[in-house]
Amino acid sequence: MRPIEAEVPARVGEVVEASTREFIAQCYELNRLPPLGSLVRAGEGDAAIYGIVHYAATTGLEPGRRPVARGKDEVSEEAVYQASPQLARLLKSEFSALVVGHRRNGKLCQYLPPQPAHIHGFVHLCPGAEVREFSQSFSFLTALVHAGAQTPTDELIAAALRCMAVAQEDRRAFLVAAGKELAVLLSGDYQLLRSTLGRLRE
Amino acid sequence: MSGQDTAKLGMVISGSLEEGVEVRLDSGVSVEDVIVGRQVVIEGQKRRFFGMISDVRLAVTDPGLTLTPPDTSDPFITEVLAGTSTYGTIHVTPQVTIGGEAADLLEGPQAVKTIPGHFARVSLASERDMELVFGKEDRQRFYIGNPLDMETKLCLNLEELVKRSNGIFGKSGTGKTFLTRILLIGMLQKSKAVNLIFDMHSEYGWAGTREGGGSVKGLKQLFPDRVAVFTLDEVSSRRRKVSTDYVVKIGLNEITPEDIAILRSTLNLTDLAVEAAYQLRKTLGRDWLSKVLTLGEEEIDELLKGADIHEGSFQSLRRGLGTIGRLGFVVPEAKDDAVRAILDMLQQGRNVVLEFGRYQEIAAYLLVANMLSRRIYQRYQQQMEEAIAEDKESLKPRPLVITIEEAHKFLNPEVADKTIFGTIAREMRKYNVTLLIIDQRPSGINEEVMSQLGTKITCLLDNERDIDSVLAGVSGKSALKTVLARLAPRQQALIFGHAVPMPVAFQPREYGSARSYKDFLSISPGAGGMAVEDVEKLWE
Repeated sequence: MRPIEAEVPARVGEVVEASTREFIAQCYELNRLPPLGSLVRAGEGDAAIYGIVHYAATTGLEPGRRPVARGKDEVSEEAVYQASPQLARLLKSEFSALVVGHRRNGKLCQYLPPQPAHIHGFVHLCPGAEVREFSQSFSFLTALVHAGAQTPTDELIAAALRCMAVAQEDRRAFLVAAGKELAVLLSGDYQLLRSTLGRLRE
Repeated sequence: MSGQDTAKLGMVISGSLEEGVEVRLDSGVSVEDVIVGRQVVIEGQKRRFFGMISDVRLAVTDPGLTLTPPDTSDPFITEVLAGTSTYGTIHVTPQVTIGGEAADLLEGPQAVKTIPGHFARVSLASERDMELVFGKEDRQRFYIGNPLDMETKLCLNLEELVKRSNGIFGKSGTGKTFLTRILLIGMLQKSKAVNLIFDMHSEYGWAGTREGGGSVKGLKQLFPDRVAVFTLDEVSSRRRKVSTDYVVKIGLNEITPEDIAILRSTLNLTDLAVEAAYQLRKTLGRDWLSKVLTLGEEEIDELLKGADIHEGSFQSLRRGLGTIGRLGFVVPEAKDDAVRAILDMLQQGRNVVLEFGRYQEIAAYLLVANMLSRRIYQRYQQQMEEAIAEDKESLKPRPLVITIEEAHKFLNPEVADKTIFGTIAREMRKYNVTLLIIDQRPSGINEEVMSQLGTKITCLLDNERDIDSVLAGVSGKSALKTVLARLAPRQQALIFGHAVPMPVAFQPREYGSARSYKDFLSISPGAGGMAVEDVEKLWE
C-alpha cells in the first residue's frame, strides 16, 4: 500500500530547544502537530538529524498562565477562535522528538549525532521514501526502549512502528520483522513486550 | 549438491561431549518439521560433525511467557514470538567427524573426540554428506535402505559386516524377516561369505509370506545357482512346490548327550536325567539313544543297576528322547552324511537354506541347528588350523555366516555355554564362522554374547528390558533409546555398531515387488543375465 501523503517534505515547525538526546520544535500553526511516533527530520543534507515524535503539547505562550474557558455562548469550537482571533497568537503547539539517527557523508546512521540539532533548524515530517530508507534497520528501537520519556515506552514504540508501517509496501511483514526485533530487545521484560505487541495489532 | 545443503536448522548453543549438544532452531524452522532420528551436520571451524537428532524441546526466553501465555488467537503475536521469545531446541549427539583438510577427507570419518564451538551452524545432512560418511554403493557396499526422510542410499560394507557376528532384533511383525532377506542377498552379492540359514518357518528358501497376505520370492527363486534348499520335511516342500536339493535325515546314532543337554528345558528334563544321558552314552556306546528307546523292561532294570541311575531320572529322559524319536526326520541311522552335503555346497560357494517344513517345534529346531552347526564348526576349525599350520591363505575355508532364528533359545544364559552358538559368538571370526542372530526377545540372550555382536540392527522394541539389552554398552545410549522407542511399528530400523560409522535410523529398501527383484538382480553378477564385466563397468 502506498502512503497517501505527498512525497514532498512537509515543514512542520522549527527547533526551539536542542540537546543530544532530543529536540523540541514549535509548530508554525496551532494544533498542526506531527502525529505521535512519526519520523521527523531537523536540518538538511549532512546536517540532518532524525527524531521520533515522543511528546507534544499545546500551551499558553506565557508559562504559568493557563488559558481560560471561552466557549460558553458559542455554538462550535471554530466559533471560539473566530470570536477571539488573538488566541492563535497567545497559544503555541510544541513537540519533542527523540533523536534516533542522523546523516553523515550521505549515509544514514542510526545512532546519536556528534552535535545536537541547530536552534531554528527547520523540522520536516519525513516523506514515505525517507521513512522506508530509515526503517531498513531496526537499531533505532533500542533508543525508544531506553527513552524513559513522558510517553510510556510501549505506547511510543507501537506508535512509531505503526507510523512507519504506513509507508511500507508489505505492512504485515514489516510489523512481524519489527516485532521479532522487539522480542529480542525485550526478552527480559515479557510484560512490556506483550503490551507493545498488543498495540501493534491492526 | 542438493538444495538440502543450505537447509540451515539452527546453531549450537551449549553442550558437552558426553551428553551431546543443544541446538537452537532458527525462527523459520518449525519444531514439527524436525524429527528424532534425522541426521544432521554441524559445521565446526575446523571440522564437520555428524550426528543424529535424539530429542526435540520447547523453550522460552522468559518464564513469564509460560505463566501468562499470549493471546494465541492473534496470528500476528504467534508469528512474532515464534523463534524469538519462544523457540525450539534439538539435542544432537555428534558421532563422527570429518576434518576440513584434504588429507582428512581421505581418511574418512573419525570417532568424535570433541564438540563443535558455540554458534556452529547446524543443518540437515545432505545426500552428499551421507555418502561421505556411509560411502557409495560399490563392490563391497550394499544398499540396505534409506535414512529416515531421505532419498540417499544407506550402504553397508558387507565385507566388514560378516567379519563379526551380528544381530537383527525387533518385535514380531516389525519386518525382521524382510530385513534379514535383504541382508542375506547383500552378503550373497557383495561378500565372499556363504550363508547357512536355519529356516524355521520356511521363509527364506523358496518363497516367504508377507504380512497382510501375498507371497514374496525367496533366495532360491532369485539366485537359483547360488542357493541350495535343504529340507527336513520333503512332503511339505513338495506341497509348496519347492525344488529342493537335498533331504536331511538325522540318525539317532548321531545325537550326543550334549545335544540333549541344551534341550533340557524344552523337553522338561531334570538335571539328573541329563546326567543319566551321559552315563548311558558311556555304557551303551554310539547307539545309546535307539537302545534306550527300544530296550525291554528287564534289560532296563539291569542297565540301571549297573550304571547307578535312578529309575525316575531314566523315565524322564526316556520320555524326552521319545519326543525326539518321534520327529519324522529322525531315522535310526542316516544313510547320507547331511553335514558333508552342506559343507560341499558351502565349499562351492553356494548358500544353504535348511527348511524345517512342518517341524516347527522348538525342540526340532534347537536339536538340528545345534547338531549340524557343531559339526560344521568342527570341520571349519580343523581346516582353519591346517591352513594356519601350512601358512596358506588359499587353504582357509570360505567365511561362513550361520543364520539362526529364535536365538534366545540357543543363547539364553542357561544354555549359551553349552550350545555351539555360544562358542561361535564368543570366538568371533577366529575360525571364519560368524552368526546372524534373529530374535524378538534380546533380553533373553546372554549378556556376554550380546556384547560380542559386531553390528546390531533393530526394529521397534517396546519392552524396556529388551531395549536395554540391545543398547547395552553403546555410547550415547539414552539418545538412541529415544530414537529406538519411536521407530514406526513397521519397516523402520536402527543400525549401529561395527559396520557403520555412526548409528542411523533407516527404512529398509523395498522387497517384494517385481521392480525390487530387478533392482537386486541388476547388481548380481551372473544371476541377472549380465556378464561380470558388464556389471563392473557400471561402477567405474
